[in-house]
Amino acid sequence: MATIRIPTPLRKLTQGKEEVTATGGTIGALIANLEAQFPGIKERICDESGQVRRFVNIFANDEDIRFLKNLDTPVKDTDEVSIVPAIAGGS
Amino acid sequence: MTLALDPVRRARLRVAERITDLIGDTPIVRLPAFERETPGVELWAKCEFLNPGGSVKDRAASQMIRDAIRTGLLGPGKTIIDSTSGNTGVAYALIGGALGYPVTLVMPGNVSWARRKITEAFGTKLVFSDPMEGSDGAIRLCRQMVEDNPGAYFYPDQYSNLGNPLAHYNTTGREIWEQTEGRVTHFVTGIGTTGTVMGTGRRLKEYRRDIEVWAVEPADALHGLEGLKHMESSMVPPIYHPEELDGVLPMDTDEAWDVSERLAKEEGLLVGHSSGASLAGGLRIAKRLVAAHKPGVVVTLFPDRAERYFEAPMPPKPVRAP
Repeated sequence: MATIRIPTPLRKLTQGKEEVTATGGTIGALIANLEAQFPGIKERICDESGQVRRFVNIFANDEDIRFLKNLDTPVKDTDEVSIVPAIAGGS
Repeated sequence: MTLALDPVRRARLRVAERITDLIGDTPIVRLPAFERETPGVELWAKCEFLNPGGSVKDRAASQMIRDAIRTGLLGPGKTIIDSTSGNTGVAYALIGGALGYPVTLVMPGNVSWARRKITEAFGTKLVFSDPMEGSDGAIRLCRQMVEDNPGAYFYPDQYSNLGNPLAHYNTTGREIWEQTEGRVTHFVTGIGTTGTVMGTGRRLKEYRRDIEVWAVEPADALHGLEGLKHMESSMVPPIYHPEELDGVLPMDTDEAWDVSERLAKEEGLLVGHSSGASLAGGLRIAKRLVAAHKPGVVVTLFPDRAERYFEAPMPPKPVRAP
């Protein structure tokens, strides 16, 4: 199971957990598994067409998935995935 | 030879003894392309990106630093420190540089590359907080550093400092009133520290009680409107008093981003996403007026330019020699 780091704005959905685990061979499958565990999380990360929202970045072991294979980026059980808001928030 | 300039030209050709004297007195510009959608209602934007530091934050930073020098909180040997994802940092860096004070900024590790380069270029020291914690993480780390080093820092704390809204009460609100010759009916802007909306709003309502003041807030905790705060999921700034406002407009990132893109293409204004949010809010208000067959003069505020958010391109892959 890959480890996923959750940003503060989404922790309400993960019962306050900063790190969760999910199963799936790709980022897309991981997000589907996350949605099964934490209903409502997928629509925060992805838009209506299923693509990652413009202001959300996902990193697989510190690599931005937009520069890999996006949602098809393969994930191993030992990988760490981070969901990071594209912006810092506040001013 | 005498040089006779008309008042408008004289105001444009400002001559300053130092850069900090050029903070404020920004123009307002009309938005004819968007006004096509709001017949009978005028749409204007306060061009805060024309401040010397490139953002609205010059005003609050200038007020807070001048107050601190006057009251003795800031003096020789002290460093200005605050948590900021960028624009306030640029303002501190510029003013600190001009007045001779070193500046340390605490920012989340995911601030844009451009912001880092800009603030560093002023000779500012940067400390990064956990990107997963957002701006609240930067606030906490900054407070810790101040506590751990008593006497070393002047910490303006823009979220609590009354100088922040006061700057806008003294300047932005008065300017908008004068620039619209008292015709302004609505003021709409995004909220981060909330200093702009609180101070400007207070001043405008003193001029005329029925001027409506609206805040634009990200609709969701996870959003892409840099500089703006989703209050329900954030540490609420002590200077924020929503009861003084006429209302808060929840704004989706996509709606604001689309307006930002239109501003560049249709009005020639390449401004940041918080400007798009401000105008998207102003448009909603203007359309409500149109639907009610009421005239109006809606003033929005554009905090900064879009360049500030550009990311460094991916380094090109080395080309192997044949």
